[in-house]
Amino acid sequence: MTDLSLNARGLNDRQPWTLERIGVHAVLLLFVAIALGPILLVIMNSLKTTPAIFGGPFTLPTSETFSLAGYQRVFTRGNILINYRNSLFVTVTSVVLTVVLSTLAAFALVEYRVRGVAILAGLFIVGVMLPIRLGTIPLIEIMIGLKLMDTLWALILVYTAMSIPLGVTLMMTYFRTVPTELKEAARVDGATEWTTFTIVLPLVRPGLAAVATVTMLPIWNDLWFPLILAPNKANQTVTLGVQQFVGQFLNDYPALLAALTLGAVPLVLLFAVFSRQFIRGLSAGYGK
Amino acid sequence: MIRPATARLSLLLFVLPALAIYLCFAVLPLLLSVIQSLFDSGKDGSSTFVGAANYIYLFTHELVSARFWNALGNNAKYFAIHVLIEVPIGLLLAAMLTSGVLRRSEGTYRTLLFIPATLSVVIVGFIWRLIINPLWGIVGFPLLGNTITALPTISLMGVWQYFGIPMVFLYSALIAVPNDLVEAARIDGATPWRVFWSIKFPLVVPQFGLIVILTFIWTFNGFDLVFALNGSAPGPNYSTDILGTLFYRTFFGSSGQVADLDLGATVATVIFTMMLAVTAIYFWLVQRRLKAHAT
Repeated sequence: MTDLSLNARGLNDRQPWTLERIGVHAVLLLFVAIALGPILLVIMNSLKTTPAIFGGPFTLPTSETFSLAGYQRVFTRGNILINYRNSLFVTVTSVVLTVVLSTLAAFALVEYRVRGVAILAGLFIVGVMLPIRLGTIPLIEIMIGLKLMDTLWALILVYTAMSIPLGVTLMMTYFRTVPTELKEAARVDGATEWTTFTIVLPLVRPGLAAVATVTMLPIWNDLWFPLILAPNKANQTVTLGVQQFVGQFLNDYPALLAALTLGAVPLVLLFAVFSRQFIRGLSAGYGK
Repeated sequence: MIRPATARLSLLLFVLPALAIYLCFAVLPLLLSVIQSLFDSGKDGSSTFVGAANYIYLFTHELVSARFWNALGNNAKYFAIHVLIEVPIGLLLAAMLTSGVLRRSEGTYRTLLFIPATLSVVIVGFIWRLIINPLWGIVGFPLLGNTITALPTISLMGVWQYFGIPMVFLYSALIAVPNDLVEAARIDGATPWRVFWSIKFPLVVPQFGLIVILTFIWTFNGFDLVFALNGSAPGPNYSTDILGTLFYRTFFGSSGQVADLDLGATVATVIFTMMLAVTAIYFWLVQRRLKAHAT
């Protein structure tokens, strides 16, 4: 922080390397190293033989120590492909349902200023902070009643319910920015409410992306509901699959590291692509 | 203009699907949980109203209440460590990102720094368990095997994962600070240090309340990290037991503990009430402050 206090010569100075700039980069690089170091350490060691993992955890794999045996064991002994399929199905379905249903609801909550609409909107907004896990016991009974226990649809319904409040809250902020004239013009031309909605929809497209990215992560990463509502081997998600695999192969370091890498990498890549939408969604969704 | 009848019908049709799923699978289970905590279910499926008996049992039974207070205390520490370390780090990084000396690298830093927060807690737990395993030799001391160090160690893993969240909230608030304000101060000769503390910082103070309340809800809802590392009876000697694992153990059962759904619902309701109370106090304080500003 002290570097900030140094009086930087000429603030509009375009000279590339002032002390201030060096200080800022140094702090940020240090934290990038802290954030990424452990992840890179795991990825790097997942590509090595067991003796090399213990012999020199910080050295890059060489032609002698390079080995994909860990990955081989994850694919043959684990269910990683089934896990991926399940996670993908659950996450995509829940996110699509959330985006569609939240958009419809948010449009109406912003559009129709009838009595009681504020209370209805409030009901959704408080849900952003609702600890839905605490309702797990009745949820189990509800799922048994619907004959959905130990199916992926149990997860989809719960995740959609969990994500809708954030989706509605976020989409409402986007719909508020749509000019009234546009909607009124459509209605004057005799458009139905549904047509008006479809006319407005392209204008809130950034909102759809924000909702999708911000609700995706907690769904993909959740351990609680897969553990309780869909623990069957055929229905395990990646998070649960990795958890179980790691429990079984505690001493097989190459396989453990490979499983962790496989669990982490897809989402990190996805986030790297959509980070702008994600960060906007996060701060707009909770920052109410 | 839309006719009121059309408006009401349209509202209903547009909102209904979202509302139905939200009520059925989020709101209703929570309410049913509260109701169940007032009943005692027999083995034959019968259910009798017992009033506060489950609560009295939870708070007075020697072993059960000891476990509850232990988990609550641990959870408070878990929360405190998160807030006390995450928030200053988040502020430091957000200040650096918005200091105005970065150009194209700003977005890259922000993305890289947030990556741990995108990982599943399970993966975070195992990554760190491998790294601090004495077998690997980076740390010589079994941090997770000691009753004093285990909880702080797990909390720090959580901090490592989530410092990006306060960073993003504070970053969003800092970039919203009007540029002419900052420019004016700079022309008057204020140092970047002064500009930050006298102009930017006061404008982002409300974000701290939001971050603290969200961290409170997330940490008191915590489960995954502790469960992934230490299972449902988190040792050593329950020193890393938090409310989430206690709740899971109560209704799901574990070795040495029979599942008890009614008591589980009671634990859930206690946690829920606590969260409601804290959130209500927070919003009440915020409202009051906003009103004070308005007059």
